Amino acid sequence: MPLELVCPAGSLMALKAAVDNGADAVYMGFRDNTNARAFPGLNFDEAQAAEGLRYAHDRGRKVLLALNTYPQSDTWQRWTGAVDRAAKLGMDAVILADAGLMRYAVKNHPQLRLHLSVQGSATSYEAVNFYREHFGVQRAVLPRVLSLPQVEAVVKNTAVEIELFGFGGLCVMVEGRCLLSSYCTGESPNSAGVCSPAKSVQWKETSSGLESRLNGVLLDRYGKDEKAGYPTLCKGRFEVSGETYYALEEPTSLNTLDLLPEMLKMGIAAIKIEGRQRSPAYVTQVTKVWRAAIDAVKKNAESFAPAPAWMAELNKLSEGQSHTLGAYNRPWK
Amino acid sequence: MLNFSVPTAVSALVSRLPTQPPSMVFSLLANHVLWPALKDLDCQPLVGRRYAVRVKDLGLTFRFKVTARGFAADSGKPELIISSSARDFLLLLSRREDPDTLFFSRRLVSEGDTELGLVVKNLLDALDPEVVLRRLPPPLMPAVRRLMAG
Repeated sequence: MPLELVCPAGSLMALKAAVDNGADAVYMGFRDNTNARAFPGLNFDEAQAAEGLRYAHDRGRKVLLALNTYPQSDTWQRWTGAVDRAAKLGMDAVILADAGLMRYAVKNHPQLRLHLSVQGSATSYEAVNFYREHFGVQRAVLPRVLSLPQVEAVVKNTAVEIELFGFGGLCVMVEGRCLLSSYCTGESPNSAGVCSPAKSVQWKETSSGLESRLNGVLLDRYGKDEKAGYPTLCKGRFEVSGETYYALEEPTSLNTLDLLPEMLKMGIAAIKIEGRQRSPAYVTQVTKVWRAAIDAVKKNAESFAPAPAWMAELNKLSEGQSHTLGAYNRPWK
Repeated sequence: MLNFSVPTAVSALVSRLPTQPPSMVFSLLANHVLWPALKDLDCQPLVGRRYAVRVKDLGLTFRFKVTARGFAADSGKPELIISSSARDFLLLLSRREDPDTLFFSRRLVSEGDTELGLVVKNLLDALDPEVVLRRLPPPLMPAVRRLMAG
């Protein structure tokens, strides 16, 4: 079944919102740094995960577990323990980035379905097929760095299902390899599970605007009516050669509704919605729009055009000033 | 659609009133409505901390702390101050608006301990609205249900 809708859940309420509004699958994380949204108070303990699985399975939907950070040798058991729990709970798949953890999963839980996380940074069919041959990976989430023709080349040359990001916050796009914020915080997002640990973030209203700081380093200063963004180093405004601007990346949200007909045609297995850190209200709104859009494109791809109301709803939820087609669209090519 | 604003004359008047009585009413209501649902979640990180909720257009500030037994009115220096308008607080509480969306568009302001703010946000998101609704005083129930239905 192509274009499965995969929605985020940071809590049981968000999971129910995703299922009730038409997600085919929901992805979640456990309550620690084994996943890349390790925020305080977010995510699922074992009992909540079990209840979420029951809720989704009763309604014929799937639950995927993100175990997408990189284990460190002294805490290896925390990650393998999470794989064991996922298997015991009956997760429909685990989303892994680390090859060692994949090996552990294959050896100890051969029945457990494996997805390659975007954090695994596999951008070629050779890399994707490597994970297939060695660990039996059944689906890969491609990093948001490829143009659509490049995505198509991967799809044509692999038996692995391909999942693409469809909507949500963008990162600086060296997924799985980004250490940027660790220069400020001393914690790498790939092992600590978060780019800007809340304990290092300060927000302050000043006479010149709303300031965000990461461990004292000024990230941005928002004017009175300017839209704010997440306090991440990559999306800060910095003074470079006498000019103050987004020196690394502008905070924008990915929105690929326009590309749905092409994605359907090339056989994309699933569309992923970003945002496990967001509330049930966000999950409800985004899931509703994407369910309607995917149903519409499947019904008639030729006449498909995103409804203005869908775009307006999604723009309202976006981080930053605007939305973008990201690397998928490179018209100059 | 929920659409109203509070006249500035009202907020100017209310903001001159002492904060203690509204904080006590707020704590009583929160203990009755929120606490039974909250205490089933991992709310330990909230305990022993001081908060202020400012409804800007009403000129109203609720100050309280969270103890092992629930909410209590407080006059100490808050570690977390959350400010918004009455309308936006209602949209948030009725799950019609996402807190990050309101934050990005500068309609919700959080000052003080960012980590505590995130714990509060995530706990409120994790609350089951049905459990909270069941505890509402009956006269308020129909209005809140209408609000949640949109």
